[in-house]
Amino acid sequence: MKHIIAVLLENEAGALSRVVGLFSARGYNIESLTVAPTEDPSLSRMTIQTHGSDEVIEQITKHLNRLIEVVKVVDLTEGAYTERELMMVKVRAVGKEREEMKRMVDIFRGRIIDVTDKSYTIELTGDQAKNDAFLQAIERGAILETVRTGSSGIGRGERILRV
Amino acid sequence: MEITQAEIASAAAASAAKDQELRGAEILVKSLQAEGVKYIWGYPGGAVLHIYDAFYKQETIQHVLVRHEQAAVHAADGYARATGEVGVALVTSGPGVTNAITGIATAYMDSIPMVIITGQVPTAAIGLDAFQECDTVGITRPIVKHNFLVKDARDLAMTMKKAFHIARTGRPGPVVVDIPKDVSFNKVPYAGYPESVEMRSYNPVRKGHGGQIRKALQLLLAAKRPYIYTGGGVLLSNASAELRTLVDMLGYPCTNTLMGLGAYPASDPKFLGMLGMHGTLEANSAMQNCDVLLAVGARFDDRVIGNPKHFAQNERKIIHIDIDPSSISKRVKVDIPIVGDVKDVLTEMIAMIKESTVKPDADALGAWWDTIAGWRKRDCLKYDHGKNDVIKPQYVVETLWNMTKDADTYVTSDVGQHQMWAAQYYRFDEPRRWINSGGLGTMGVGIPYAMGIKLAKPDSEVYCITGEGSVQMCIQELSTCLQYNTPIKIVSLNNRYLGMVRQWQEMEYEGRYSHSYMDALPNFVKLAEAYGHVGMLIERAQDVEPALREARKLKDRTVFMDFRTDPTENVFPMVKAGKGITEMLLGSEDL
Repeated sequence: MKHIIAVLLENEAGALSRVVGLFSARGYNIESLTVAPTEDPSLSRMTIQTHGSDEVIEQITKHLNRLIEVVKVVDLTEGAYTERELMMVKVRAVGKEREEMKRMVDIFRGRIIDVTDKSYTIELTGDQAKNDAFLQAIERGAILETVRTGSSGIGRGERILRV
Repeated sequence: MEITQAEIASAAAASAAKDQELRGAEILVKSLQAEGVKYIWGYPGGAVLHIYDAFYKQETIQHVLVRHEQAAVHAADGYARATGEVGVALVTSGPGVTNAITGIATAYMDSIPMVIITGQVPTAAIGLDAFQECDTVGITRPIVKHNFLVKDARDLAMTMKKAFHIARTGRPGPVVVDIPKDVSFNKVPYAGYPESVEMRSYNPVRKGHGGQIRKALQLLLAAKRPYIYTGGGVLLSNASAELRTLVDMLGYPCTNTLMGLGAYPASDPKFLGMLGMHGTLEANSAMQNCDVLLAVGARFDDRVIGNPKHFAQNERKIIHIDIDPSSISKRVKVDIPIVGDVKDVLTEMIAMIKESTVKPDADALGAWWDTIAGWRKRDCLKYDHGKNDVIKPQYVVETLWNMTKDADTYVTSDVGQHQMWAAQYYRFDEPRRWINSGGLGTMGVGIPYAMGIKLAKPDSEVYCITGEGSVQMCIQELSTCLQYNTPIKIVSLNNRYLGMVRQWQEMEYEGRYSHSYMDALPNFVKLAEAYGHVGMLIERAQDVEPALREARKLKDRTVFMDFRTDPTENVFPMVKAGKGITEMLLGSEDL
């Protein structure tokens, strides 16, 4: 089952590699990983998307908690949460394709952030399924380049992860 | 307001301390002194020369120069295991660190509190493939509890404070502090060693959850076939006394893992012997047939439970006390987890039993003990003494035990058949007396462990039970033993084979002894003599006892006893890899 784990950790050199090392050393899988400092520059927040049985996820959260730099760990998928991913896609856009592409971007509530006479660069945010759907909706041959950040997740309503 | 002379003096001293400028190396030494470090094992090199210079100028910490960095870490580890204090080792950058890796991993697997100080190339040279550079923090990351790279001498004191705090609290473990050469050289203001440390991200739990302990107790007191399974965590938490009280109050059977031997007295009738791959029939059968299992500071290692499917066949209820939540429900499903320090949890449990009106079910317990007595009757550690002059390895260990059981002794071992015979036939009645590498299974630890312990316990007898294979992995330390006058007694069970490998090849590979025969062994007697020690060759069974007696008499000398033992002897009982823990081979007749 898909799990989104949010981690608050000390913003120190090497902390990220400890988290990544833990996954590789114990044979766990990371599907996506986003990390950046929070409003408190001494803290980083990480969102890890992974797959695993309940037992594996339990071990992952326990091992994350064991790392000295980790302050808090929460499995967002245990409750209500929202997730977003930023995706940028550069597509070929010439002739009548340009109009069609523009329409698709509008339907998916994306934005064109760079234009040349042969291409568009499109910005899309949403959960990963929506971004996947966009890629499937447009003509595969038109895609020149794709870059995705991976999921960032946050609990809904009163669910707050902070020190 | 009156100001006394003393106040003026102390204010002056405080301001002098504030203004005091010290080199990083001096701050390091002051930190170690403040932590109460008495001994440090190490090996100098370019990146740690400032630190060595600072050691030269002080007298409170004794530095021991080993012959190989691996032994420095093992010796500090042995010291930590025997004393419960943090062991400290010091090595240089690059090859110094890589040589120390085996020692660090050994300590990590057995959760031993240690601080390993490593030299690093100057900060300006880091990342430039400088001479003797290696990414120490990167290399050691998977085998340490935590590690630090100190980039500024001003951070040194606080880093050391954190390192010792992390090493000895929670689930203990090794902490590496990597110090670049300029950091140990630079002069910075030093305001004294920090008195306390606070880390918002590191707050290990000590106290177990009261409700969980109460629930556990209800289950435990209602058990028909209870069993108490204890591991190295009991020793690490210094909770042997509490464990003894608990077991004695309940009258339940108890077993120790290889790492936990001595946590409960081996000569007590409630002790069923060690369990696991080479455990006793009664210890393993009780594990499989109990209805309530209390696991204390033990982590259900694969060498303990055998095949997990077979283990899970009997649906016993499991209570698991461990300071590390990630050890709970890792290999087996646990019904009542209790996260906390073993000593604290057992103390609370004992207090609750005293208050409780519920008593163990005496009838059920009686029947359970009868069942256990049936298993015991098999006398699974009985061995064939052989004919004529042949020396049986078990006999050597048993003789040593009989001779030293009332003395103040420590026994270290290496890894292999001799280790298992030592664990089976030397009966440990006290904690921290049996010192060996359980988790990583490191060959070569025996002599360094023994010399580390002997330094701390000069009046105790320290024996290293080893084999001709293992002992050669760190045999150069015989030189260190001479230099620092740490007279240890080496009991080598020499069967001319890598015995445990040979045993597995016999049982799993139809006797194809691929590279397990060690040809061209040195003359160990001459070798011991070359290092300035006493060597003894013992080839006949009747000479075993006199030899051990003589070696004991040579109190001030290191003695290497080369016992030529029966090369065909195997370790029984045995559970083959992948089998259930009660699918045991009890002797060669079962093969």
